Amino acid sequence: MISKNTTFWGYRRENGRVGVRNHVIILPVDDLSNAAAEAVAHNIKGVMAIPHPYGRLQFGADLDLHFRTLIGAGCNPNVAAVVVIGIEDGWTQKVVEGIAKSGKPVVGYGIEQHGDHDTIMRASKAAREFLQAASEKHREQCPIHELWVSTKCGESDTTSGCGANPTVGNAFDKLYDVGSTLVFGETTEITGGEQVIVQRCRTPKVAEDFMAMFNRYQDVVNRHKTSDLSDSQPTKGNILGGLTTIEEKAMGNIQKIGKKCMVDGVIDKAEVPTGPGLWFMDSSSAAAEMVTLCAASGFVVHLFPTGQGNVIGNPILPVIKICANPRTVRTMSEHIDVDSCALLQRDMVLDQAGDKLLDMMLRTANGRLTAAEALGHREFVMTRLYESA
Amino acid sequence: MIHFVLHEAKDTVAVAVVEGIKAGTDLTAWIMDDDKQIPVKALQDIPIGHKLALKDMAVGDTVFKYGTDIGRVVAPIKAGEHAHVHNIKTKRW
Repeated sequence: MISKNTTFWGYRRENGRVGVRNHVIILPVDDLSNAAAEAVAHNIKGVMAIPHPYGRLQFGADLDLHFRTLIGAGCNPNVAAVVVIGIEDGWTQKVVEGIAKSGKPVVGYGIEQHGDHDTIMRASKAAREFLQAASEKHREQCPIHELWVSTKCGESDTTSGCGANPTVGNAFDKLYDVGSTLVFGETTEITGGEQVIVQRCRTPKVAEDFMAMFNRYQDVVNRHKTSDLSDSQPTKGNILGGLTTIEEKAMGNIQKIGKKCMVDGVIDKAEVPTGPGLWFMDSSSAAAEMVTLCAASGFVVHLFPTGQGNVIGNPILPVIKICANPRTVRTMSEHIDVDSCALLQRDMVLDQAGDKLLDMMLRTANGRLTAAEALGHREFVMTRLYESA
Repeated sequence: MIHFVLHEAKDTVAVAVVEGIKAGTDLTAWIMDDDKQIPVKALQDIPIGHKLALKDMAVGDTVFKYGTDIGRVVAPIKAGEHAHVHNIKTKRW
């Protein structure tokens, strides 16, 4: 159904990247700035605050990740412009400078020596200007290979591995063929299937880098675990849905990269890939954390297969929910964008299921709001590496 | 109507893809890779998404799904019984 000549309507940004949304965001650097950010979003109808906890007393790699996540989110092509608010000017300007490299309009305000009210006033003025400028931006026709697509599954059950995930895999194989940039992750959730991934790595160096990430994460689990992790990984929801072991979950997870994609490289959390192909991102299996990392890495549309019914979205990355569990599709229909149940009744073959998903992906890229967007699910969750100082 | 699916003929468990599977019923399992359907009998109620054992298994046996090792048997299982956390555990953690 898709070919190298397939196009979509996207917003071309100053740095050449293409987005499928046109958000003006009010981005807090730290937890002290959420209230001011939300006040600005209340003042200027149509801009979106992205409140989050953390951002103080972090250090080392954990702090680097914090900045990478905020700057990456601001640079995401789905974002037209950013107003940054932080408690003090130093770190606020660091985020502003990072986002300014993308060429898009960005400005920042520190609360100290001003107070909330003055900050809200200054930020609201900038937000209004940015919003009105963004509202004149038009979509243009772009080739499909410029669409960056991420995937992560959530609230998986056995229908994920049998139906929804292979549907994504089929779509990924086709996107890979036309030269898109793709990412998958969830490092611990590969446990039991890591050799399958190794065989799909394009070079021995990629395989080595992947195994280094995988083993590091295994060490973290083994160092801190107090049980065999049943209830955490797989989760209670997975188990209620019928998934029994991490190996079983991993084999289901891996279906998302289809049969043909090679793993072309690995990236750290919130790192931006440097070329087309399929990338493995070292990442948590917690849904909102991982989707937030994908948004920070610059992905513009997300394929999210679910079994038991994961409901999360993301403020800047549209999340498309695919499900092959008839009970979930029936009881949680408001959350599901693509129904793949027919696949497990042999009423549809995998190619048709993949094409159906790609059709919804293109409609989403062209402007159709996902269920998560319509329901107001805007989970933006920072990944932490260790305690704050 | 398809009640269960499995990936390859090597699999020793199959997944219930419909609701309301009751003990004592004769049902159909679909081997997806071969596109072949085989008869199976449920000895216990199997909730949707849960697994049915396709053969008798002893403690220590490897469970196969996706044609791959997905865990070990920790309590004896008969073909047709519910296969889940009470009789299968991970080998990894």
